[in-house]
Amino acid sequence: MSVVIPYQVEPHPVTGVTSGKLGIWLFLASEVMLFGALFSSYVLLRVGAAVENWPTGVEAGLNVPIGTANTLVLITSSITMVMAWASLKMDNLAAFRRYFGTTIALGLVFLVVKAFEYSDKFGHHIFPATGWPEAGDPSVFYGLYFTLTGLHALHVILGILVNLWLLFFGVALWKTDKERLTGRIEIAGLYWHFVDLVWIFLFPTLYLL
Amino acid sequence: MSESDVEHVRQHIKVYVTVFVALAVLTVVTVGISYLHLPTGFAITLAMVVATVKAGLVAGYFMHLISEEKVILWVLLLCAAFLFVLFILPLGTQIGNGPLWPL
Repeated sequence: MSVVIPYQVEPHPVTGVTSGKLGIWLFLASEVMLFGALFSSYVLLRVGAAVENWPTGVEAGLNVPIGTANTLVLITSSITMVMAWASLKMDNLAAFRRYFGTTIALGLVFLVVKAFEYSDKFGHHIFPATGWPEAGDPSVFYGLYFTLTGLHALHVILGILVNLWLLFFGVALWKTDKERLTGRIEIAGLYWHFVDLVWIFLFPTLYLL
Repeated sequence: MSESDVEHVRQHIKVYVTVFVALAVLTVVTVGISYLHLPTGFAITLAMVVATVKAGLVAGYFMHLISEEKVILWVLLLCAAFLFVLFILPLGTQIGNGPLWPL
């Protein structure tokens, strides 16, 4: 006997949304708390440190033009993601594949740039536990930098893996249940936009301030 | 899907493109502001205001929160309340470390 998960396509009569959509938003709310805890730690540590002991992103050797370019890459991947979903809504599978494939490619570009940034830091013997050499007392700037960007990069990797599965395997659902696939892409999109949203706060916090 | 539905989605696409352009412009604005070397406190406030506007655009339009069901908004409101508490916590520890404001 097969069990069918209810309200995958039809909205639940009480909540007005599908099970999947409610689920992803609850998950994203927990993600807000996860990243929120780290941001809160950042505030605590920065406020606790003397001003002269806290490097700006530039002083810490972060490359603002590269960070800006990577921000634009992620923002672009958000619009291609929403266009992928809109393409399915308009019954255009070929356009969906193009936009969705571009979203995945842009996610990979983001990761490659991030990998270059990391390897540059490692090349300069800067690691998560490296203190700020100019400071009178050790700063945790790099610890925060690697933790926050590392956790974010893990989210990008997870998003890419899920999207790759949807592009090559999940898409088969289009033949039998178009609405269900469209719903799944919307949910994958909500996760992807959230990853973009986190970066929108990470970029100025770490690179610019 | 009916013709009117397709037209509806087309209208949405115009909004998505506008939001995308706004996000790109605001990214450049954020970086531009950082080159002005404003006082730290003011710079942090300004950068967070711009970031919040950008996040609002992503959540409101790309994530469709602007037309989302109430149950989702309630979940997020509850989340925002807890997040607020999370950000109040560090302020409590600040006593004795000198003033946060002005820097």
